Amino acid sequence: MSIIKVENLTKRYGDFEAVKGINFSVHKGEIFGFLGPNGAGKTTTINMLIGLAGITSGSAKLLGYDLTFQAKKAQKYIGIVPDESNLYEELDGFQNLSFCAALYGMKKSERMEKAHELLHRFNLADAGNKPFRAYSRGMKRRLTIAAGIIHDPKILFLDEPTTGIDVASARQIRELILDLNASGTTVFLTTHYIEEAERLCHRIAFIVDGKIVRIGTVNELMSEAQEGTIVQFTLDDASDPGLREALRHRFPEFEEEFISGNIVRIHSPSPTGLMEFMKFFDERKLNIYEAKIIRPSLEDVFVKITGIEINKMAKDKEQYKK
Amino acid sequence: MRSCTAFKNILIKDIKTYYIKPPNISWGIIFPIAWTAMFFVKSQTPIDIRAILPGVMSMSILFGTTSMLAVTITFERRHRSFERLLVAPIELSSLMLAKTLGAILFGIANASVPVIFASFLISLSDINWVLAFISVVLMATTSAFLGLFIAVAVSEVFEAQTFSNFFRFPMIFLCGLFIPVSDLPRIIRPLSYIIPLTYGADLLKLSINNDGHIFPILSLVILVTFGVVLFSLSLKNVKRKWIY
Ligand SMILES: Nc1ncnc2c1ncn2[C@@H]1O[C@H](COP(=O)(O)OP(=O)(O)OP(=O)(O)O)[C@@H](O)[C@H]1O
Ligand SMILES: [Mg+2]
Repeated sequence: MSIIKVENLTKRYGDFEAVKGINFSVHKGEIFGFLGPNGAGKTTTINMLIGLAGITSGSAKLLGYDLTFQAKKAQKYIGIVPDESNLYEELDGFQNLSFCAALYGMKKSERMEKAHELLHRFNLADAGNKPFRAYSRGMKRRLTIAAGIIHDPKILFLDEPTTGIDVASARQIRELILDLNASGTTVFLTTHYIEEAERLCHRIAFIVDGKIVRIGTVNELMSEAQEGTIVQFTLDDASDPGLREALRHRFPEFEEEFISGNIVRIHSPSPTGLMEFMKFFDERKLNIYEAKIIRPSLEDVFVKITGIEINKMAKDKEQYKK
Repeated sequence: MRSCTAFKNILIKDIKTYYIKPPNISWGIIFPIAWTAMFFVKSQTPIDIRAILPGVMSMSILFGTTSMLAVTITFERRHRSFERLLVAPIELSSLMLAKTLGAILFGIANASVPVIFASFLISLSDINWVLAFISVVLMATTSAFLGLFIAVAVSEVFEAQTFSNFFRFPMIFLCGLFIPVSDLPRIIRPLSYIIPLTYGADLLKLSINNDGHIFPILSLVILVTFGVVLFSLSLKNVKRKWIY
């Protein structure tokens, strides 16, 4: 069942088209990721889905509510964690959470209970009565996530939840996201970290320049980039000059490559196993230290489809955040 | 019910974090005291205090309300916390009312300071309190909505401040509080009649000094109309500019 359905969604700022007629749906219970470089239109799309930006054309439905006309109705069920923490600097952690809960109409006793519970769960119990402005970046992000889920939203939007925070906090946040999802929350997240998308998301959309260029599960995306198979063997001794010739003779349809020292790589145009090769090396009395099938990474897929270097994308982003 | 909780908490948060902060409280007290004292020093007859009371009250309301919206709205907008409110399931009109109600109450509280102050110095027995209260509420509401209109029209806090002065000072000059409208040059007199303060000030003068020049029902209607128009314009601007 799809919980978000977007058709030809377009956003124009003056003459500039930030989102160019995108189509996708998010299924109930999944973690759906938007992966793309700076200025791709990720935040703009989220803003349209949460009712913070008007829809220029096309349609977006969330839980059956048409966001062009019924955004306020849908907002009850939405949790939002924006790209920059935007809680109240002068309020403390507890007050911030309690206030956010009140915005969703929660009763006082319920608010207090939930705020305490979340402060604990997010490791912020000690900071509960410190003003938000005194929080570190990672603490701010955690409190912002807590504020986003205090009213038990059916769907949670996270805009770059781990950008600009340290590795340990980022891991903690990823675990929180998985926990939340496990307890039934549908998650829509944007990121420019490919490993994050790969580790967290059930399905990923690549968005570049306001357009979705590919969409699918990690496996689907991978298989698309996979042209054949690469198997790799590390041998005890690959110095025998006759080895290459023998391989070529025995496996004429494959292409072999000798990488530094004793590593042999064999490229196959079609899926293939390791057994045939192992038998071959065994016959030649060569010991195999390691044998593996090399799969392309999601990164390779992204680069192949979009032509954008991921590392550069992440670096640009860090630069930009500073 | 849901909206009620949100409305109440937005208002309470604003009152706690902005309005009852020492600088604002003291401002609300010092300002009317300074004005009253200034006139008092000038001539010490009790009649004068009464004569200037409507003026001091009106100015306290005007300055108190218009300046606060620059903070509660423009400032929160700069810090993006305002986006939290915009994406909350509360109708935009309720949200904006919750944000302005604090300023309205602040304006009313400010207006009562000179009254309390004067009560120690002169007898306030034959004032039409009901009419005085209604005019204070209406003035506070229209000035708060004027402040809202300005806060929505600009994007920086300092712009909001500058812009409100652009409105406030001419309004004080033109509203007939210190110079009767009939004494103003004929050319600028029409201006007096397009600013809400003129009607509020006239109502206050009527209720306190029995010295009104405009038919009170007309003043009431005009003040309400100003309020409605300014509020709807502000709502429209919020939709156009902030949910862009
Ligand atoms: N209010 C606006 N007015 C004009 N252009 C805008 C506005 N908001 C965004 N844009 C433009 O729309 C494009 C998409 O921006 P958006 O913020 O959605 O990108 P993003 O994918 O979230 O990027 P990032 O990774 O930097 O957060 C950008 O070119 C941006 O400059
Ligand atoms: Mg963004």
